[in-house]
Amino acid sequence: MTATAAAADPARPVTAEDPAPLLRINNIEVVYNEVILVLRGLSLVVPKGRIVTLLGANGAGKSTTLKAVSGLLRTEEGEVTRGDIWFDGEPIKNAEPDRIVRKGIFQVMEGRRIIADMTCMENLRLGAFTRRDREVRRDIELVFSYFPRLEERAGNIAGYLSGGEQQMLAIGRALMARPRLVLMDEPSMGLSPLLVGEVFDIIRRLNQELGITILIVEQNAAASLAIASYGYVMEQGKVVLDGTAAELADNEDVKEFYLGGHGAERKSFKNLKSYKRRKRWL
Amino acid sequence: MNADLLFQLLLNGLIVGSLYGVVAMSFVLIYKASQVVNFAQGEFLLIGAWVCWYTLTAWQLPFVWGFLFTLAFMMLFGVLIQIVVLRPLIGEPVISVIMVTIGMSIFFQALMKWMFGVFAQPFPPIFETSSVGLAGLQIKTVYLLSLAMSVVIMGGFAWFFKFSKMGLAMRATAFDQQAAQSLGVSVRQVFALSWAISAMVSAVAGVVVGVVNGVSSALSFFGIKVFPAVILGGLDSIIGGMVGGIIVGLLENIAQFADSQWLNLGNMYRIAPFYVLIAILLIRPYGLFGTRDIERV
Repeated sequence: MTATAAAADPARPVTAEDPAPLLRINNIEVVYNEVILVLRGLSLVVPKGRIVTLLGANGAGKSTTLKAVSGLLRTEEGEVTRGDIWFDGEPIKNAEPDRIVRKGIFQVMEGRRIIADMTCMENLRLGAFTRRDREVRRDIELVFSYFPRLEERAGNIAGYLSGGEQQMLAIGRALMARPRLVLMDEPSMGLSPLLVGEVFDIIRRLNQELGITILIVEQNAAASLAIASYGYVMEQGKVVLDGTAAELADNEDVKEFYLGGHGAERKSFKNLKSYKRRKRWL
Repeated sequence: MNADLLFQLLLNGLIVGSLYGVVAMSFVLIYKASQVVNFAQGEFLLIGAWVCWYTLTAWQLPFVWGFLFTLAFMMLFGVLIQIVVLRPLIGEPVISVIMVTIGMSIFFQALMKWMFGVFAQPFPPIFETSSVGLAGLQIKTVYLLSLAMSVVIMGGFAWFFKFSKMGLAMRATAFDQQAAQSLGVSVRQVFALSWAISAMVSAVAGVVVGVVNGVSSALSFFGIKVFPAVILGGLDSIIGGMVGGIIVGLLENIAQFADSQWLNLGNMYRIAPFYVLIAILLIRPYGLFGTRDIERV
Protein backbone atom coordinates (compact mmCIF):
# COMPACT_ATOMS: atom_id res chain seq x y z
CA MET A 1 0.00 0.00 0.00
CA THR A 2 1.40 3.37 -0.96
CA ALA A 3 1.58 5.83 1.86
CA THR A 4 -1.35 8.19 1.84
CA ALA A 5 0.54 11.37 2.53
CA ALA A 6 2.83 10.75 -0.41
CA ALA A 7 0.02 11.37 -2.87
CA ALA A 8 0.63 15.08 -2.72
CA ASP A 9 4.30 14.77 -3.59
CA PRO A 10 4.70 15.56 -7.28
CA ALA A 11 8.20 14.15 -7.52
CA ARG A 12 7.09 10.68 -6.57
CA PRO A 13 6.88 8.26 -9.49
CA VAL A 14 3.34 7.03 -9.16
CA THR A 15 3.71 3.85 -11.05
CA ALA A 16 7.25 2.68 -11.06
CA GLU A 17 6.95 1.01 -14.44
CA ASP A 18 5.83 4.16 -16.22
CA PRO A 19 8.15 7.14 -16.29
CA ALA A 20 6.26 9.10 -18.97
CA PRO A 21 2.69 9.82 -17.88
CA LEU A 22 0.15 11.00 -20.44
CA LEU A 23 -1.66 13.16 -17.89
CA ARG A 24 -0.12 14.66 -14.82
CA ILE A 25 -2.09 16.74 -12.38
CA ASN A 26 0.16 18.45 -9.91
CA ASN A 27 -1.19 19.85 -6.67
CA ILE A 28 -4.11 21.76 -8.19
CA GLU A 29 -6.55 23.94 -6.37
CA VAL A 30 -9.94 24.68 -7.96
CA VAL A 31 -12.14 27.57 -6.97
CA TYR A 32 -15.72 28.11 -8.14
CA ASN A 33 -17.14 31.63 -8.38
CA GLU A 34 -13.88 32.94 -6.92
CA VAL A 35 -14.83 31.79 -3.41
CA ILE A 36 -15.78 28.12 -3.20
CA LEU A 37 -12.70 25.97 -2.82
CA VAL A 38 -13.43 22.53 -4.24
CA LEU A 39 -10.07 20.91 -4.91
CA ARG A 40 -7.31 21.52 -2.40
CA GLY A 41 -4.00 20.27 -3.64
CA LEU A 42 -4.95 17.31 -5.77
CA SER A 43 -2.30 15.35 -7.61
CA LEU A 44 -2.60 12.33 -9.80
CA VAL A 45 -0.96 10.71 -12.76
CA VAL A 46 -2.41 8.73 -15.63
CA PRO A 47 0.21 6.65 -17.47
CA LYS A 48 -0.06 6.18 -21.21
CA GLY A 49 -2.20 3.24 -22.30
CA ARG A 50 -3.69 2.53 -18.89
CA ILE A 51 -7.06 2.70 -17.22
CA VAL A 52 -6.94 4.69 -14.01
CA THR A 53 -9.93 5.15 -11.75
CA LEU A 54 -10.78 7.93 -9.34
CA LEU A 55 -13.11 6.87 -6.54
CA GLY A 56 -14.85 8.87 -3.90
CA ALA A 57 -18.16 9.79 -2.33
CA ASN A 58 -20.60 12.42 -3.57
CA GLY A 59 -19.12 15.88 -3.49
CA ALA A 60 -15.54 14.74 -3.08
CA GLY A 61 -14.57 16.65 -6.19
CA LYS A 62 -14.23 13.84 -8.72
CA SER A 63 -16.21 15.50 -11.50
CA THR A 64 -14.47 18.78 -10.79
CA THR A 65 -11.13 17.05 -11.31
CA LEU A 66 -12.20 15.83 -14.75
CA LYS A 67 -13.58 19.24 -15.68
CA ALA A 68 -10.35 20.87 -14.60
CA VAL A 69 -8.54 18.66 -17.12
CA SER A 70 -11.05 19.06 -19.96
CA GLY A 71 -11.42 22.80 -19.46
CA LEU A 72 -15.17 22.55 -18.93
CA LEU A 73 -14.63 24.06 -15.51
CA ARG A 74 -14.51 27.40 -17.24
CA THR A 75 -18.09 27.00 -18.41
CA GLU A 76 -19.19 26.76 -14.76
CA GLU A 77 -17.38 29.78 -13.35
CA GLY A 78 -14.63 27.53 -12.03
CA GLU A 79 -10.90 28.05 -12.31
CA VAL A 80 -7.69 26.24 -11.48
CA THR A 81 -6.01 28.74 -9.19
CA ARG A 82 -2.91 26.80 -8.20
CA GLY A 83 -0.87 23.87 -9.41
CA ASP A 84 -0.33 22.56 -12.94
CA ILE A 85 -1.86 20.15 -15.41
CA TRP A 86 0.27 18.58 -18.12
CA PHE A 87 -0.92 16.52 -21.04
CA ASP A 88 1.83 14.70 -22.88
CA GLY A 89 4.38 17.17 -21.56
CA GLU A 90 2.35 20.27 -22.47
CA PRO A 91 0.76 22.58 -19.91
CA ILE A 92 -3.03 22.70 -20.43
CA LYS A 93 -4.16 24.42 -17.25
CA ASN A 94 -7.20 26.67 -17.83
CA ALA A 95 -7.11 26.22 -21.61
CA GLU A 96 -10.30 26.58 -23.67
CA PRO A 97 -12.28 23.31 -23.88
CA ASP A 98 -12.20 23.19 -27.69
CA ARG A 99 -8.40 23.53 -27.65
CA ILE A 100 -8.16 20.66 -25.20
CA VAL A 101 -10.37 18.43 -27.35
CA ARG A 102 -8.11 19.19 -30.31
CA LYS A 103 -5.12 18.07 -28.26
CA GLY A 104 -6.72 14.65 -27.80
CA ILE A 105 -8.58 14.75 -24.49
CA PHE A 106 -12.27 13.94 -24.62
CA GLN A 107 -14.62 14.00 -21.65
CA VAL A 108 -17.69 11.77 -21.58
CA MET A 109 -19.75 13.86 -19.21
CA GLU A 110 -21.85 12.65 -16.33
CA GLY A 111 -25.40 11.87 -17.40
CA ARG A 112 -24.20 11.11 -20.95
CA ARG A 113 -25.28 14.49 -22.33
CA ILE A 114 -26.09 13.25 -25.80
CA ILE A 115 -27.91 15.70 -28.06
CA ALA A 116 -31.38 14.27 -27.53
CA ASP A 117 -33.11 15.91 -30.49
CA MET A 118 -30.59 14.63 -33.02
CA THR A 119 -30.30 11.17 -34.51
CA CYS A 120 -27.70 8.68 -33.36
CA MET A 121 -25.77 9.21 -36.56
CA GLU A 122 -25.74 12.98 -36.15
CA ASN A 123 -24.46 12.59 -32.61
CA LEU A 124 -21.63 10.41 -33.86
CA ARG A 125 -20.75 12.87 -36.61
CA LEU A 126 -20.67 15.63 -34.01
CA GLY A 127 -18.09 13.63 -32.08
CA ALA A 128 -15.75 14.13 -35.03
CA PHE A 129 -16.31 17.90 -34.99
CA THR A 130 -12.68 18.80 -34.39
CA ARG A 131 -11.30 16.45 -37.04
CA ARG A 132 -10.36 17.54 -40.52
CA ASP A 133 -9.43 14.23 -42.09
CA ARG A 134 -11.64 12.16 -44.36
CA GLU A 135 -11.78 8.96 -42.37
CA VAL A 136 -14.84 9.84 -40.33
CA ARG A 137 -16.98 7.30 -42.16
CA ARG A 138 -14.51 4.53 -41.41
CA ASP A 139 -14.52 5.44 -37.75
CA ILE A 140 -18.31 5.27 -37.66
CA GLU A 141 -17.93 1.66 -38.81
CA LEU A 142 -15.41 1.14 -36.03
CA VAL A 143 -17.87 2.49 -33.46
CA PHE A 144 -20.57 0.21 -34.85
CA SER A 145 -18.23 -2.76 -34.52
CA TYR A 146 -18.01 -2.07 -30.79
CA PHE A 147 -21.66 -1.09 -30.40
CA PRO A 148 -23.72 -3.08 -32.94
CA ARG A 149 -26.88 -1.79 -31.32
CA LEU A 150 -26.02 1.75 -32.37
CA GLU A 151 -25.99 0.65 -35.99
CA GLU A 152 -29.56 -0.62 -35.66
CA ARG A 153 -30.56 2.67 -34.09
CA ALA A 154 -28.49 4.93 -36.38
CA GLY A 155 -31.47 6.87 -37.75
CA ASN A 156 -33.37 7.05 -34.45
CA ILE A 157 -33.69 10.19 -32.37
CA ALA A 158 -31.13 9.82 -29.60
CA GLY A 159 -33.49 11.06 -26.90
CA TYR A 160 -35.65 7.97 -27.30
CA LEU A 161 -32.83 5.44 -26.86
CA SER A 162 -32.64 3.40 -23.68
CA GLY A 163 -30.23 4.46 -20.95
CA GLY A 164 -27.71 1.81 -21.91
CA GLU A 165 -27.86 2.74 -25.57
CA GLN A 166 -27.40 6.40 -24.68
CA GLN A 167 -24.29 5.55 -22.68
CA MET A 168 -22.97 3.56 -25.62
CA LEU A 169 -23.70 6.50 -27.89
CA ALA A 170 -21.84 8.82 -25.54
CA ILE A 171 -18.80 6.54 -25.56
CA GLY A 172 -19.06 5.99 -29.32
CA ARG A 173 -19.22 9.74 -29.82
CA ALA A 174 -16.01 10.07 -27.84
CA LEU A 175 -14.30 7.50 -30.09
CA MET A 176 -15.22 9.60 -33.12
CA ALA A 177 -12.84 12.30 -31.92
CA ARG A 178 -9.93 9.82 -32.00
CA PRO A 179 -8.90 10.82 -28.50
CA ARG A 180 -5.70 9.80 -26.78
CA LEU A 181 -7.20 10.26 -23.33
CA VAL A 182 -10.87 9.73 -22.47
CA LEU A 183 -12.22 11.09 -19.21
CA MET A 184 -15.34 9.18 -18.15
CA ASP A 185 -17.64 10.59 -15.54
CA GLU A 186 -19.78 7.88 -13.94
CA PRO A 187 -20.41 5.67 -16.95
CA SER A 188 -22.39 3.29 -14.72
CA MET A 189 -24.91 5.92 -13.67
CA GLY A 190 -28.49 4.77 -14.03
CA LEU A 191 -27.61 1.44 -15.65
CA SER A 192 -28.70 -2.03 -14.57
CA PRO A 193 -25.91 -4.27 -13.17
CA LEU A 194 -25.97 -6.30 -16.35
CA LEU A 195 -25.50 -3.24 -18.52
CA VAL A 196 -22.77 -1.90 -16.23
CA GLY A 197 -20.86 -5.11 -16.89
CA GLU A 198 -21.38 -4.77 -20.63
CA VAL A 199 -20.32 -1.11 -20.76
CA PHE A 200 -17.23 -1.65 -18.62
CA ASP A 201 -16.24 -4.62 -20.71
CA ILE A 202 -16.32 -2.44 -23.79
CA ILE A 203 -14.30 0.25 -22.02
CA ARG A 204 -11.65 -2.36 -21.28
CA ARG A 205 -11.61 -3.48 -24.91
CA LEU A 206 -11.25 0.09 -26.14
CA ASN A 207 -8.23 0.45 -23.90
CA GLN A 208 -6.67 -2.84 -24.95
CA GLU A 209 -7.50 -2.86 -28.65
CA LEU A 210 -7.26 0.84 -29.52
CA GLY A 211 -4.70 1.83 -26.91
CA ILE A 212 -6.84 4.67 -25.57
CA THR A 213 -5.83 5.89 -22.13
CA ILE A 214 -8.81 6.21 -19.82
CA LEU A 215 -9.49 7.99 -16.54
CA ILE A 216 -12.76 6.85 -14.99
CA VAL A 217 -14.53 8.60 -12.18
CA GLU A 218 -16.88 6.20 -10.44
CA GLN A 219 -19.03 5.49 -7.43
CA ASN A 220 -19.23 1.89 -8.53
CA ALA A 221 -15.81 0.96 -7.18
CA ALA A 222 -16.16 -2.76 -7.84
CA ALA A 223 -16.80 -2.31 -11.55
CA SER A 224 -14.09 0.26 -12.14
CA LEU A 225 -11.41 -1.42 -10.00
CA ALA A 226 -12.05 -4.58 -12.02
CA ILE A 227 -10.85 -2.95 -15.25
CA ALA A 228 -8.42 -0.32 -13.93
CA SER A 229 -4.74 -0.83 -13.33
CA TYR A 230 -4.40 1.95 -10.79
CA GLY A 231 -6.77 3.84 -8.54
CA TYR A 232 -7.04 6.96 -6.45
CA VAL A 233 -9.51 7.61 -3.64
CA MET A 234 -10.62 11.20 -3.13
CA GLU A 235 -12.19 12.90 -0.21
CA GLN A 236 -12.99 16.55 0.34
CA GLY A 237 -10.97 17.78 -2.58
CA LYS A 238 -7.82 15.73 -2.26
CA VAL A 239 -6.45 12.29 -2.82
CA VAL A 240 -6.42 10.36 0.44
CA LEU A 241 -5.38 6.96 -0.81
CA ASP A 242 -3.93 5.46 -3.93
CA GLY A 243 -2.54 2.18 -5.15
CA THR A 244 -2.83 -0.48 -7.80
CA ALA A 245 -6.35 -1.66 -8.44
CA ALA A 246 -5.62 -4.96 -6.73
CA GLU A 247 -4.27 -3.22 -3.64
CA LEU A 248 -7.28 -0.95 -3.41
CA ALA A 249 -9.73 -3.79 -3.89
CA ASP A 250 -8.00 -5.51 -0.99
CA ASN A 251 -7.89 -2.48 1.25
CA GLU A 252 -10.13 -2.78 4.32
CA ASP A 253 -11.36 0.80 4.20
CA VAL A 254 -12.11 0.73 0.49
CA LYS A 255 -13.95 -2.54 1.02
CA GLU A 256 -16.01 -1.04 3.78
CA PHE A 257 -16.84 2.31 2.24
CA TYR A 258 -16.96 1.60 -1.46
CA LEU A 259 -17.36 -2.10 -1.99
CA GLY A 260 -20.14 -2.61 0.53
CA GLY A 261 -18.21 -5.12 2.60
CA HIS A 262 -18.96 -4.92 6.31
CA GLY A 263 -18.25 -7.04 9.34
CA ALA A 264 -20.39 -7.72 12.38
CA GLU A 265 -18.72 -5.02 14.46
CA ARG A 266 -20.50 -2.26 12.49
CA LYS A 267 -23.69 -3.03 14.31
CA SER A 268 -22.69 -1.61 17.66
CA PHE A 269 -22.95 2.08 18.36
CA LYS A 270 -19.54 2.14 19.98
CA ASN A 271 -17.94 1.27 16.69
CA LEU A 272 -19.81 3.95 14.85
CA LYS A 273 -17.34 6.44 16.21
CA SER A 274 -14.45 4.50 14.89
CA TYR A 275 -16.31 4.24 11.59
CA LYS A 276 -16.56 7.97 11.41
CA ARG A 277 -12.98 8.43 12.45
CA ARG A 278 -11.74 6.00 9.87
CA LYS A 279 -13.96 7.57 7.24
CA ARG A 280 -11.58 10.53 7.42
CA TRP A 281 -8.78 8.19 6.30
CA LEU A 282 -6.32 9.86 8.64
CA MET B 1 -66.92 38.91 -54.23
CA ASN B 2 -63.90 39.65 -56.30
CA ALA B 3 -61.99 36.45 -57.10
CA ASP B 4 -59.22 38.17 -59.04
CA LEU B 5 -58.48 40.48 -56.16
CA LEU B 6 -58.48 37.57 -53.75
CA PHE B 7 -55.98 35.62 -55.82
CA GLN B 8 -53.77 38.63 -56.27
CA LEU B 9 -53.81 39.24 -52.52
CA LEU B 10 -53.11 35.60 -51.74
CA LEU B 11 -50.15 35.65 -54.09
CA ASN B 12 -48.87 38.85 -52.53
CA GLY B 13 -49.36 37.26 -49.14
CA LEU B 14 -47.35 34.23 -50.12
CA ILE B 15 -44.51 36.33 -51.46
CA VAL B 16 -44.39 38.86 -48.63
CA GLY B 17 -44.94 36.01 -46.20
CA SER B 18 -41.91 34.17 -47.50
CA LEU B 19 -39.91 37.32 -46.82
CA TYR B 20 -41.28 37.44 -43.29
CA GLY B 21 -40.34 33.79 -43.08
CA VAL B 22 -36.76 34.46 -44.12
CA VAL B 23 -36.41 37.20 -41.51
CA ALA B 24 -38.13 35.00 -38.92
CA MET B 25 -35.66 32.20 -39.64
CA SER B 26 -32.74 34.50 -39.12
CA PHE B 27 -34.32 35.72 -35.89
CA VAL B 28 -34.82 32.15 -34.67
CA LEU B 29 -31.25 31.31 -35.64
CA ILE B 30 -29.88 33.86 -33.19
CA TYR B 31 -32.38 32.90 -30.52
CA LYS B 32 -31.65 29.20 -30.86
CA ALA B 33 -27.90 29.50 -30.90
CA SER B 34 -27.39 32.14 -28.25
CA GLN B 35 -30.75 32.64 -26.47
CA VAL B 36 -30.76 36.30 -27.43
CA VAL B 37 -34.09 37.84 -28.43
CA ASN B 38 -32.92 40.26 -31.06
CA PHE B 39 -35.14 43.32 -31.19
CA ALA B 40 -32.79 44.87 -33.71
CA GLN B 41 -33.61 42.32 -36.41
CA GLY B 42 -35.58 44.91 -38.38
CA GLU B 43 -32.59 47.24 -38.37
CA PHE B 44 -30.55 44.51 -40.03
CA LEU B 45 -32.93 44.77 -42.98
CA LEU B 46 -32.66 48.52 -42.91
CA ILE B 47 -28.87 48.59 -42.80
CA GLY B 48 -28.60 45.97 -45.53
CA ALA B 49 -30.96 47.92 -47.77
CA TRP B 50 -29.13 51.21 -47.22
CA VAL B 51 -25.72 49.69 -47.85
CA CYS B 52 -26.91 48.11 -51.07
CA TRP B 53 -28.60 51.34 -52.12
CA TYR B 54 -25.41 53.26 -51.44
CA THR B 55 -23.24 50.94 -53.52
CA LEU B 56 -25.71 51.20 -56.41
CA THR B 57 -26.18 54.98 -56.35
CA ALA B 58 -22.96 56.46 -54.98
CA TRP B 59 -20.53 53.89 -56.36
CA GLN B 60 -22.63 53.03 -59.41
CA LEU B 61 -21.93 49.32 -59.00
CA PRO B 62 -24.00 46.85 -61.01
CA PHE B 63 -26.72 45.25 -58.88
CA VAL B 64 -25.01 41.86 -58.55
CA TRP B 65 -21.78 43.33 -57.22
CA GLY B 66 -23.56 45.75 -54.94
CA PHE B 67 -25.61 42.90 -53.58
CA LEU B 68 -22.57 40.70 -52.97
CA PHE B 69 -20.78 43.60 -51.30
CA THR B 70 -23.82 44.05 -49.05
CA LEU B 71 -23.73 40.39 -48.05
CA ALA B 72 -20.03 40.56 -47.21
CA PHE B 73 -20.55 43.79 -45.29
CA MET B 74 -23.45 42.35 -43.28
CA MET B 75 -21.48 39.24 -42.44
CA LEU B 76 -18.71 41.33 -40.92
CA PHE B 77 -21.27 43.58 -39.29
CA GLY B 78 -23.03 40.63 -37.65
CA VAL B 79 -19.77 39.19 -36.32
CA LEU B 80 -18.71 42.59 -35.03
CA ILE B 81 -22.00 43.21 -33.23
CA GLN B 82 -21.73 39.83 -31.60
CA ILE B 83 -18.14 40.32 -30.47
CA VAL B 84 -18.39 43.94 -29.38
CA VAL B 85 -21.90 44.17 -27.98
CA LEU B 86 -23.16 40.72 -27.04
CA ARG B 87 -20.11 38.73 -26.06
CA PRO B 88 -19.52 40.83 -22.93
CA LEU B 89 -23.15 40.15 -21.98
CA ILE B 90 -22.84 36.37 -21.87
CA GLY B 91 -24.08 35.23 -18.49
CA GLU B 92 -25.97 38.47 -17.80
CA PRO B 93 -29.72 38.37 -17.08
CA VAL B 94 -32.04 38.00 -20.07
CA ILE B 95 -33.64 41.37 -19.41
CA SER B 96 -30.28 43.17 -19.76
CA VAL B 97 -29.63 41.47 -23.07
CA ILE B 98 -33.09 42.42 -24.33
CA MET B 99 -32.59 46.02 -23.28
CA VAL B 100 -29.31 46.09 -25.17
CA THR B 101 -30.88 44.81 -28.39
CA ILE B 102 -33.68 47.37 -28.04
CA GLY B 103 -30.98 49.98 -27.55
CA MET B 104 -29.19 48.78 -30.68
CA SER B 105 -32.45 49.03 -32.58
CA ILE B 106 -32.94 52.66 -31.60
CA PHE B 107 -29.30 53.50 -32.18
CA PHE B 108 -29.13 52.07 -35.70
CA GLN B 109 -32.50 53.51 -36.58
CA ALA B 110 -31.19 56.97 -35.69
CA LEU B 111 -27.79 56.38 -37.26
CA MET B 112 -29.38 55.45 -40.59
CA LYS B 113 -31.57 58.57 -40.51
CA TRP B 114 -28.55 60.68 -39.76
CA MET B 115 -26.49 59.16 -42.56
CA PHE B 116 -29.08 58.77 -45.29
CA GLY B 117 -31.85 61.18 -44.36
CA VAL B 118 -35.46 60.60 -43.42
CA PHE B 119 -36.95 60.40 -46.90
CA ALA B 120 -37.58 57.18 -48.76
CA GLN B 121 -35.04 56.69 -51.52
CA PRO B 122 -35.92 54.59 -54.55
CA PHE B 123 -33.53 51.95 -55.84
CA PRO B 124 -32.32 52.50 -59.37
CA PRO B 125 -34.30 50.23 -61.72
CA ILE B 126 -32.85 46.74 -61.65
CA PHE B 127 -35.08 44.79 -63.99
CA GLU B 128 -36.08 45.83 -67.45
CA THR B 129 -39.71 44.97 -66.87
CA SER B 130 -41.06 45.90 -63.49
CA SER B 131 -43.78 43.30 -63.51
CA VAL B 132 -44.75 40.18 -65.41
CA GLY B 133 -48.14 38.63 -66.07
CA LEU B 134 -48.68 35.16 -64.75
CA ALA B 135 -52.04 33.44 -65.37
CA GLY B 136 -53.78 36.77 -65.48
CA LEU B 137 -52.10 38.15 -62.37
CA GLN B 138 -49.53 40.90 -62.25
CA ILE B 139 -46.40 40.07 -60.26
CA LYS B 140 -43.48 42.38 -59.71
CA THR B 141 -40.29 40.87 -61.13
CA VAL B 142 -38.46 41.54 -57.91
CA TYR B 143 -41.09 39.55 -56.05
CA LEU B 144 -40.41 36.55 -58.25
CA LEU B 145 -36.75 36.99 -57.50
CA SER B 146 -37.50 37.24 -53.80
CA LEU B 147 -39.59 34.09 -53.90
CA ALA B 148 -36.73 32.27 -55.59
CA MET B 149 -34.28 33.64 -53.05
CA SER B 150 -36.51 32.59 -50.16
CA VAL B 151 -36.61 29.07 -51.54
CA VAL B 152 -32.83 29.03 -51.98
CA ILE B 153 -32.31 30.36 -48.45
CA MET B 154 -34.70 27.79 -47.01
CA GLY B 155 -32.94 24.99 -48.88
CA GLY B 156 -29.60 26.37 -47.74
CA PHE B 157 -30.71 26.39 -44.11
CA ALA B 158 -32.06 22.84 -44.37
CA TRP B 159 -28.81 21.58 -45.87
CA PHE B 160 -26.69 23.53 -43.42
CA PHE B 161 -28.38 22.20 -40.30
CA LYS B 162 -28.73 18.64 -41.51
CA PHE B 163 -25.42 17.98 -43.18
CA SER B 164 -22.73 20.54 -42.44
CA LYS B 165 -20.50 20.09 -39.43
CA MET B 166 -20.96 23.68 -38.31
CA GLY B 167 -24.73 23.35 -38.62
CA LEU B 168 -24.72 20.28 -36.40
CA ALA B 169 -22.51 22.14 -33.96
CA MET B 170 -24.98 25.01 -33.86
CA ARG B 171 -27.86 22.66 -33.15
CA ALA B 172 -25.83 20.98 -30.43
CA THR B 173 -24.99 24.35 -28.89
CA ALA B 174 -28.66 25.29 -28.95
CA PHE B 175 -29.58 22.05 -27.22
CA ASP B 176 -26.85 21.84 -24.59
CA GLN B 177 -24.10 24.41 -24.58
CA GLN B 178 -21.79 22.62 -22.19
CA ALA B 179 -22.15 19.27 -23.95
CA ALA B 180 -21.31 21.00 -27.24
CA GLN B 181 -18.21 22.43 -25.66
CA SER B 182 -17.21 19.01 -24.44
CA LEU B 183 -17.25 17.92 -28.09
CA GLY B 184 -14.78 20.62 -29.00
CA VAL B 185 -17.28 23.15 -30.35
CA SER B 186 -16.20 26.71 -29.75
CA VAL B 187 -19.31 28.46 -28.50
CA ARG B 188 -17.85 31.86 -29.39
CA GLN B 189 -17.48 30.76 -33.00
CA VAL B 190 -21.03 29.43 -33.07
CA PHE B 191 -22.46 32.67 -31.66
CA ALA B 192 -20.50 34.84 -34.07
CA LEU B 193 -21.51 32.67 -37.00
CA SER B 194 -25.17 32.78 -36.06
CA TRP B 195 -25.13 36.58 -36.00
CA ALA B 196 -23.25 36.69 -39.29
CA ILE B 197 -25.73 34.42 -41.07
CA SER B 198 -28.68 36.17 -39.49
CA ALA B 199 -27.50 39.61 -40.55
CA MET B 200 -26.79 38.43 -44.09
CA VAL B 201 -30.12 36.72 -44.58
CA SER B 202 -32.02 39.68 -43.14
CA ALA B 203 -30.17 41.99 -45.48
CA VAL B 204 -31.38 39.94 -48.44
CA ALA B 205 -34.95 40.58 -47.33
CA GLY B 206 -34.12 44.23 -46.73
CA VAL B 207 -32.79 44.68 -50.26
CA VAL B 208 -35.84 43.02 -51.80
CA VAL B 209 -38.28 45.18 -49.87
CA GLY B 210 -36.14 48.22 -50.59
CA VAL B 211 -36.26 47.57 -54.32
CA VAL B 212 -40.05 47.36 -54.16
CA ASN B 213 -40.94 50.19 -51.80
CA GLY B 214 -37.79 52.29 -51.66
CA VAL B 215 -35.48 52.40 -48.69
CA SER B 216 -36.67 54.19 -45.57
CA SER B 217 -36.84 53.59 -41.86
CA ALA B 218 -40.28 52.05 -42.40
CA LEU B 219 -38.34 48.96 -43.44
CA SER B 220 -37.50 48.08 -39.88
CA PHE B 221 -41.20 47.52 -39.31
CA PHE B 222 -40.42 44.06 -40.63
CA GLY B 223 -38.65 43.41 -37.37
CA ILE B 224 -41.94 43.77 -35.49
CA LYS B 225 -43.82 41.62 -37.98
CA VAL B 226 -41.41 38.87 -37.26
CA PHE B 227 -42.74 38.38 -33.75
CA PRO B 228 -46.15 36.99 -34.68
CA ALA B 229 -44.45 34.80 -37.28
CA VAL B 230 -41.93 33.46 -34.83
CA ILE B 231 -44.34 32.92 -31.96
CA LEU B 232 -46.76 31.23 -34.33
CA GLY B 233 -44.13 28.86 -35.62
CA GLY B 234 -42.46 28.24 -32.29
CA LEU B 235 -39.61 30.34 -30.99
CA ASP B 236 -37.03 27.61 -31.35
CA SER B 237 -38.03 26.14 -34.68
CA ILE B 238 -36.41 27.33 -37.86
CA ILE B 239 -38.98 25.62 -40.07
CA GLY B 240 -41.62 27.10 -37.78
CA GLY B 241 -40.26 30.57 -38.48
CA MET B 242 -40.65 30.03 -42.21
CA VAL B 243 -44.14 28.57 -41.95
CA GLY B 244 -45.16 31.23 -39.44
CA GLY B 245 -43.91 33.93 -41.79
CA ILE B 246 -45.92 32.62 -44.72
CA ILE B 247 -49.04 32.26 -42.56
CA VAL B 248 -48.69 35.82 -41.30
CA GLY B 249 -48.22 37.07 -44.85
CA LEU B 250 -51.32 35.23 -46.06
CA LEU B 251 -53.30 36.31 -43.04
CA GLU B 252 -52.56 39.96 -43.56
CA ASN B 253 -53.83 39.78 -47.08
CA ILE B 254 -56.88 37.70 -46.26
CA ALA B 255 -57.71 40.18 -43.52
CA GLN B 256 -57.23 42.97 -46.02
CA PHE B 257 -59.60 41.24 -48.41
CA ALA B 258 -62.24 40.51 -45.80
CA ASP B 259 -62.00 44.06 -44.60
CA SER B 260 -62.35 45.65 -47.99
CA GLN B 261 -65.23 43.39 -49.02
CA TRP B 262 -67.38 43.12 -45.94
CA LEU B 263 -66.07 44.54 -42.70
CA ASN B 264 -64.87 48.02 -43.58
CA LEU B 265 -63.16 48.42 -40.23
CA GLY B 266 -59.98 49.69 -41.80
CA ASN B 267 -56.37 48.74 -41.11
CA MET B 268 -57.12 45.06 -40.49
CA TYR B 269 -54.01 44.40 -42.57
CA ARG B 270 -51.79 45.57 -39.75
CA ILE B 271 -53.70 44.23 -36.80
CA ALA B 272 -54.81 40.75 -37.85
CA PRO B 273 -51.45 39.04 -37.30
CA PHE B 274 -51.35 40.27 -33.73
CA TYR B 275 -54.83 38.93 -32.96
CA VAL B 276 -53.58 35.58 -34.18
CA LEU B 277 -50.48 35.99 -32.07
CA ILE B 278 -52.60 36.41 -28.95
CA ALA B 279 -54.82 33.46 -29.86
CA ILE B 280 -51.79 31.23 -30.44
CA LEU B 281 -50.24 32.20 -27.15
CA LEU B 282 -53.45 31.23 -25.38
CA ILE B 283 -53.94 27.90 -27.14
CA ARG B 284 -50.49 26.67 -28.05
CA PRO B 285 -47.84 28.78 -26.29
CA TYR B 286 -44.91 26.83 -27.73
CA GLY B 287 -46.10 27.49 -31.28
CA LEU B 288 -46.91 25.14 -34.12
CA PHE B 289 -43.46 23.63 -34.36
CA GLY B 290 -41.82 24.63 -31.10
CA THR B 291 -40.38 21.71 -29.22
CA ARG B 292 -41.02 20.66 -25.73
CA ASP B 293 -38.17 18.64 -24.28
CA ILE B 294 -38.02 14.95 -24.97
CA GLU B 295 -38.68 13.31 -21.67
CA ARG B 296 -37.66 9.67 -21.50
CA VAL B 297 -39.13 7.93 -18.52
